Amino acid sequence: MSIVVFVEDWNNQFKKASFEAVSYAKSWAELAGTTVTAVTSSGATDPAALATYGADRIVTTQLAATPYGIAQQLAAMAEGATGMVIAGTSLGRSVAPALAALANGALSTNSTSVPSALAPVTLIRGAFSSKGIETIELTGGLPIVSFVPNSVGIQERAGAGTLEPMDTTGTDLLQVIEKTIASGKVALPEAEVVVSAGRGLKGPENWVMIEELASILGAATACSKPVSDIGWRPHSEHVGQTGIQVNPNLYIAIGISGAIQHLAGVSASKTIVVVNTDAEAPFFKAADYGIVGDAFEVVPQLVNAMRAFKAGQ
Amino acid sequence: MNLLVCISHVPDTTAKINFDAAGTALDATGVQFVINPYDEFSLTKALHLKEAHGGTITVLNVGGPETEPTLRKALAIGADQAIRINATPTDAITVAKELKNHIAANAYDLILCGQESIDYNGQQVPAMLAALLNLAFVNACVDLTIDGSSATATGEIDGGHATYAGTLPMVIGGKKGLVEEKDLRIPNMRGIMTARSKPLQVLEAGENDAATRAAKFVKPAAKSAVKLVDSVDELVHLLHNEAKAI
Repeated sequence: MSIVVFVEDWNNQFKKASFEAVSYAKSWAELAGTTVTAVTSSGATDPAALATYGADRIVTTQLAATPYGIAQQLAAMAEGATGMVIAGTSLGRSVAPALAALANGALSTNSTSVPSALAPVTLIRGAFSSKGIETIELTGGLPIVSFVPNSVGIQERAGAGTLEPMDTTGTDLLQVIEKTIASGKVALPEAEVVVSAGRGLKGPENWVMIEELASILGAATACSKPVSDIGWRPHSEHVGQTGIQVNPNLYIAIGISGAIQHLAGVSASKTIVVVNTDAEAPFFKAADYGIVGDAFEVVPQLVNAMRAFKAGQ
Repeated sequence: MNLLVCISHVPDTTAKINFDAAGTALDATGVQFVINPYDEFSLTKALHLKEAHGGTITVLNVGGPETEPTLRKALAIGADQAIRINATPTDAITVAKELKNHIAANAYDLILCGQESIDYNGQQVPAMLAALLNLAFVNACVDLTIDGSSATATGEIDGGHATYAGTLPMVIGGKKGLVEEKDLRIPNMRGIMTARSKPLQVLEAGENDAATRAAKFVKPAAKSAVKLVDSVDELVHLLHNEAKAI
């Protein structure tokens, strides 16, 4: 009996979402009076690091190449588990439902809290594109939770940390031909700070200052839908209803009016800053802080102010 | 090609969302329902595939009679036939099992879904369906090429893309990129007229127990008024000292 948590690695390194997943499992395990079993890739450079966040057993195994294969490997470990946890990263969002189907699970995705009760397991999740907050009960089958990265945070609570290599198998139904990951860039879904810009920037050549601001803040860059539709920025940067949903600590929107489709993707952000020439832009209603002004004046000033602030830290 | 597109019937993006008095379900009063936006990209991809390879497009939905206008719209856009599995969708696994029962008994070459529906935002049904059928699945799919019984599909992953090769049948969770926004089709009058005579079959649902229960819905607390500042220095100060965001 244990909370089993799948811990993703990126090129053998753990990221914040990895430690947040273990922290999530530890909170659940404390409530349930049980232990935490972390399952991670045998290629992970430092699996023992997971003990810092509460892992009692750390199972390392050769992971399959595709989400479905990994789901099969995890399903084999579901027997006897009290519950299972997966971070809602891109991989996690494909693994968790497959796991629920294979392991007869009761799954909550898009979850934003740890369980508040156990019989049944009860927690909070986002619904209706951030226009609703749902209290969900996992009533039938093994409770499985996929949580939104950066929603519950990381906590250091030591676990026993026993390392246990294990042979498991999963069948990949697809062959991976190619994986391309933009290097040196912060991935949008897990970014703590996002700098986003829209049509107010007037042209793709003006993103230099946006990228500069993002680089100073260690932020990911994003854009509005019209900007990706006209090809100024790649689709992968489009934040909003049919793009990517983000929930950073800080979302800075520059020259974006704030259409409802865009707000659906960003309103879970903890702090929102809006810079827009139009004081009536709907985005100001969803913002915490605003500057009414021209991006071409405000952004260079902000770049200097942030650089000075960071230098003073 | 025998193409299947799974369609969700969801509140329009701009709809005001309210919940019933008990707070356990959406209050649909005055809410306009549409084809789930993610599903529209998949439906349009099916139209492109049919134009290139020939075949039939079936649209499938799990829902009550109130969802039929949404299926008719899919027929007006260009699907050939529609099937409604008559059940109130309770959670993702019940929907996935209903879809699975139908698909397992029929020979579809490709099952196209949207990555997620914009109501419950679970992003669960397509991956569950694929696992229940033991079929390959590509989520957040932004490119798909079919060559005979082989498929090459590219999905978005954190910070990049992954490209996979596989054999049909396959399940796809589509999104913008699978086709472009400008490719989406609006039903024209001729489409609407012919949609009326296209077959819409109603199938009885199986018995599937839900695994989860929506105990309560609330609306997010209203945001306090925006604090407008005059200088970037003041903004930096507030972000650091008040919001603790930097």
